[in-house]
Amino acid sequence: MGKRSVVPFGPQHPVLPEPIHLDLVLEDEKVLAAVPSIGYVHRGLESLVTKKDFQEMAYVAERICGICSFGHGMGYCMTIEDIMNVEVPRRADYLRTIWMEMSRLHSHLLWLGLLADGFGFESLFMQSWRIREGILDMFEESTGGRVIFSVNQIGGVKKDMSKEMLANFQKRFDEMEKEVRKLTRVFLDDYTVKSRLEGIGILTGEDAIRRGAAGPMARAAGIAVDMRKTGYAAYDDIDFEVITSDKYDSYGRCEVRIGEIFQSFDIIRQCIRKIPDTEINVAVKGNPPEGESIVRIEQPRGEAFYMSRTNGTKFLDRMRVRTPTFANLPALTQTLQGCQYADVPLLILTIDPCISCTER
Amino acid sequence: MGQFMPFAGQVLKNLFSKPATTQYPFAPKEYPERTRGHVEIQIEDCIMCGMCMRSCPPGAIEVKKPEHQWTINRFDCIQCGYCVEKCPKKCLSLVPGYQVPAGEKAVCVVQQPFDPEEEARKEAAKQAAIKAAQEKAAAAKAAKEAAEQAQS
Repeated sequence: MGKRSVVPFGPQHPVLPEPIHLDLVLEDEKVLAAVPSIGYVHRGLESLVTKKDFQEMAYVAERICGICSFGHGMGYCMTIEDIMNVEVPRRADYLRTIWMEMSRLHSHLLWLGLLADGFGFESLFMQSWRIREGILDMFEESTGGRVIFSVNQIGGVKKDMSKEMLANFQKRFDEMEKEVRKLTRVFLDDYTVKSRLEGIGILTGEDAIRRGAAGPMARAAGIAVDMRKTGYAAYDDIDFEVITSDKYDSYGRCEVRIGEIFQSFDIIRQCIRKIPDTEINVAVKGNPPEGESIVRIEQPRGEAFYMSRTNGTKFLDRMRVRTPTFANLPALTQTLQGCQYADVPLLILTIDPCISCTER
Repeated sequence: MGQFMPFAGQVLKNLFSKPATTQYPFAPKEYPERTRGHVEIQIEDCIMCGMCMRSCPPGAIEVKKPEHQWTINRFDCIQCGYCVEKCPKKCLSLVPGYQVPAGEKAVCVVQQPFDPEEEARKEAAKQAAIKAAQEKAAAAKAAKEAAEQAQS
């Protein structure tokens, strides 16, 4: 038996943009177990519902996280719309879908960049983020913000996209798709990249279910689970297939996310083609009645769950968000068991951790 | 190059092309029309109602009605645009251009021009009007009571 030791990993680590701490139990260079602990960026955003009224809360909700900000705002607004029985105009649904898919695109490109950085391919990291920048520019042109968009409101969206803007975006997305296709060949075909990803961090379908994995993590384990298939927003009008992989390893997770990038391009294309010409929001009067609502949406990192409980006043009783990273942490500890110490940063990256979301 | 060096094409291209980043601050940054940079106020149109102050999620705005001052803590402002939406006179707007860095956390104060004498005159007139209305109401009440007494 080799020498056993416990090595602390994080909360400050070059590979981690956000703080998470892991106690790694090692036997020589092999990881026997990993014990995660969180709580470094807790901001108490959920409890703000009792101090900010339900409309202001839409701005607070989207500040849960900087990458999935659009989804958080949308998920929260959907719960209140459900409680108030507000029918969102169809155009708003389509606009939400477009922005949501743009979020997924920039999140996955960000992840690809971080992954490249994680295995030391700096120029690949730069190229991924260069392409991502184009999406942030489009966000700024359409919503006014690059990271926090503030376009969701109870009853629809605040800003519209004109026909010219959509056509312009479509052209830019087509260009971008060509570039991403070139870039992803490096991730999927390059010998050195493959050697860092293949066979590392195995998570089988059975384990994924037992550990409650979500999103690309579960889909890379061969489980076809995607909340978009439940048909919220405009996804019921969109034709798409859930992307899965049967490789179970880090390469599989990379493959799934790359597949989803192209799928997002396709969904945006369909949305731009089908978008109806209606209002973009409906006026909401009064306070939400007493009630409770649950909404599940597919964030770039996986399934996110939103619960709001109202009491008839303008303040909510409770808002609860369960984020995909939280769901994926048990799966992470599973993939870390038995891996080499040098692969730990890469494996943490493959769940696409978002600690701000997790702790709120 | 295919399977073996899929990144080589990009590398060669990068060698002979300009940087993808804007050479800020040497090249100016151009903002799209919708950019939510910072909140500006047309102070002449402001009626000091305080709707912006009450709606502001981080509580960055303060309206001091007696001093005719509208203040904003730019470091607290989250550029959400809720005040712009709530303003009844539409004197607030979100304009492109981010705040420049500052050495200390100063609060931005916008003073509405006003004449203290004019203000005192208006206040006196208002008080007089209130007093007159109160007296009128009291007289009407007394008259009504007198009429009721006369009836009974």
